[in-house]
Amino acid sequence: MPKKRGADIVIDVLLEEGVDTVFGLPGGAIMEVYDALFDAPLKNILARHEQAASHMADGYARATGKVGVVLATSGPGATNLVTGIATAYMDSVPMVAITGQVPTHYIGTDAFQEADVVGITRPITKHNFLVTDIKDLALILRQAFYIARTGRPGPVLVDIPKDITQQVYDYKIPTEKDVEASLPGYKPHYEGNPSQIKKAAELIRKAKRPVLYVGGGAVLSGASEEIKELVELTRIPLTTTNMAKGIFDEEHPLALHMLGMHGTYYANMSVYYSDLLIAVGARFDDRVTGKIQEFAPEAKIIHIDIDPASISKNITVDVPIVGDVKLVLQKLIKELKKKPIEWVKAREQWIKQIEKWKEKHPLTYQKSDKIIKPQYVIEEIYRATKGEAIITAGVGQHQMWAAMFYKYKFPRQFLNSGGLGTMGYGFPAAVGAKLGKPDKKVIAIEGDGSFIMNVQDLITAVQYRIPVIIALINNSFLGMVRQWQQLFYDSRYSSVCLATQPDFVKLAESFGAVGLRATKPSEVSKVINEALKVNDRPVLIDFVVDREENVLPMVPAGKSYREMILSPKEKGEAETMYLVG
Amino acid sequence: MGEEIKVLKVREEKKTEVRKHIIIVRAQHNFGVLTRITSLFAGRGYNIESLSVGKTNEPNVARITIVVNGDERIIEQIIKQLRKLIETLRVRDITNQPHIERELALIKVHAGTDSERNEIMRLVDIFRARIVDVYTDTYTIEITGDTEKIGAFIDLIRPFGLKDIARTGIVAITRESATRKLSYKEQQTD
Ligand SMILES: Cc1ncc(C[n+]2csc(CCOP(=O)(O)OP(=O)(O)O)c2C)c(N)n1
Ligand SMILES: [Mg+2]
Repeated sequence: MPKKRGADIVIDVLLEEGVDTVFGLPGGAIMEVYDALFDAPLKNILARHEQAASHMADGYARATGKVGVVLATSGPGATNLVTGIATAYMDSVPMVAITGQVPTHYIGTDAFQEADVVGITRPITKHNFLVTDIKDLALILRQAFYIARTGRPGPVLVDIPKDITQQVYDYKIPTEKDVEASLPGYKPHYEGNPSQIKKAAELIRKAKRPVLYVGGGAVLSGASEEIKELVELTRIPLTTTNMAKGIFDEEHPLALHMLGMHGTYYANMSVYYSDLLIAVGARFDDRVTGKIQEFAPEAKIIHIDIDPASISKNITVDVPIVGDVKLVLQKLIKELKKKPIEWVKAREQWIKQIEKWKEKHPLTYQKSDKIIKPQYVIEEIYRATKGEAIITAGVGQHQMWAAMFYKYKFPRQFLNSGGLGTMGYGFPAAVGAKLGKPDKKVIAIEGDGSFIMNVQDLITAVQYRIPVIIALINNSFLGMVRQWQQLFYDSRYSSVCLATQPDFVKLAESFGAVGLRATKPSEVSKVINEALKVNDRPVLIDFVVDREENVLPMVPAGKSYREMILSPKEKGEAETMYLVG
Repeated sequence: MGEEIKVLKVREEKKTEVRKHIIIVRAQHNFGVLTRITSLFAGRGYNIESLSVGKTNEPNVARITIVVNGDERIIEQIIKQLRKLIETLRVRDITNQPHIERELALIKVHAGTDSERNEIMRLVDIFRARIVDVYTDTYTIEITGDTEKIGAFIDLIRPFGLKDIARTGIVAITRESATRKLSYKEQQTD
């Protein structure tokens, strides 16, 4: 190997790792790396805000399964990444953030644009590094990628002082073996324990009212085939978190859709009355369980997860299986097939009961032909895209409607900030997703509050001619907060009114994007189809919707599924249910 | 109508108690590794009672003994997260295993008059401590033992006028007889 600059070593490792796109914004401490990027064979996307860059890298990673890469300078550049890194951390998104740092001899002196970035990001990264010697640079970068993409994935940050990017060093790219050997304490556990898998199979055979509860871990492990096979073999109905939407076709009769706070009536009832809950790559988040003491109170719980720290964290489980979801499910299916499976017939009564629940309270809303209902917009987007688009969302009511009223059918189809709930995520994530999956239509379903948090990066999408569609569910409110104020704070609408807002059509046009608007239900499908025809720039559609529509059903925070609000007047079910005969 | 499903049950979570835990961590001795370890405790509002770090027989591997008071369930969770850290090699809670604990203290005490000196020397003798430095009116005493022994000694010596105490915090190691009984597997996963 010839002698190379630290900055060139960075590019070499990126190429070795198969990186084809990076996102970021330069500054003093990372100029050397940007200099090396100038003629590197990589797509280099200049964002307008580092937070947006980090969500782009995140969207790229979620859509493709590859590691997303984001670059920023020291100090404010790096601190602007914090929200994006935390967002990726909460949802286990593989990401490598490379930040410039002040030169080594200035560290700790309050130098210009100095911040302790390794300190700041320690609790929101899977791991992070400060490079102190150019000899370690290549190995650390390789370790960063390896840690980000293996085990339970997550963001890894590498902070590189400017002098190290400038030094010249005669180096060799470490091999994957070197990397593994250099991390003796890091050994993700992929194989499930066979005796636990046997126990799980026994419980499945005996269960009368089983439910599969599938989370993002199943998507990360690429287990959609296995999930499908398991459901069809065992006829166990399946509910997902919003992180696992699309892992299993939502039009399938055994699909119960989402559970939890804004879960469907039938998903929540099924979980509540279940006698066996099989949690697959899910982590019993409080938005899912509600009041933990009354979460599936009758059920035995099997929990398959790659992260031992997720198991029995919020709820004590009966059969924990630590391992990669895909591998464990393959073994579980094999185990189940060892004995005749006539027990499956006993499921039909349970399935009938669930069908009753589905009929009784399907996902629905009050339709209107005068005013645009936000749910209607989502349904029309679903129809116009034939269920094939990648959907991203901000955070709020529009996010929940996007989860409920678009029916997903392939994994990595619905990208949203589930764990951190980051407003401003949806649009930049769509830009990243489109770059990763150029053949897919990508639509950001955004709120008027969320979108404006990263509105500046509309210009990035214009500059690179990225044809994403922003479907703005414009209710002139921080709608989700307004809903909580209406339900739990006596309708005292404190700091939620966004009636003062830009003309979003003109705003889009001034950025060089296409701006469209619909104010009547009859205009909705027309503008969607118009937007879908544009393929050389972003389109923003301003859907002026019913301002005070609520997201229902809803289990109020910390309450039991029994206390679900179904519609403004209806509450959940009584304590006793009958299996239909 | 078919079979009735009654749901009256409430999920019971095991009650757990707060008590002292001794946790042994072996980790790559990189800079920052201690911060990663201690912040897992701090993040839950747990104050580490004592922490001691030392080199081991392996190069670049540190052995860290942590003593902390905490709820069983939360400690279990912290241990899982300690194991998850990239740089930790092995993490064990040895509280329930037969083990040996030792701590060393250096104590400066006022020793002005002859009778005070005699009395202090007598206590030093009984506790198998040592006087390691002498000044006109001050003795510096070195003592090792478990936490109770050192505590008892300090209580007895306190009336003479304590000037300063430096304690190392506990180091602990399991008894070989106990580890031998565990199978190889258990040793790996405990
Ligand atoms: C960065 C950030 N700040 C605050 C919140 C709290 N929050 C959750 S939903 C919401 C309202 C979102 O408004 P909008 O994007 O218009 O969506 P809507 O609920 O109206 O559909 C707010 C403020 C958040 N999730 N993220
Ligand atoms: Mg809004």
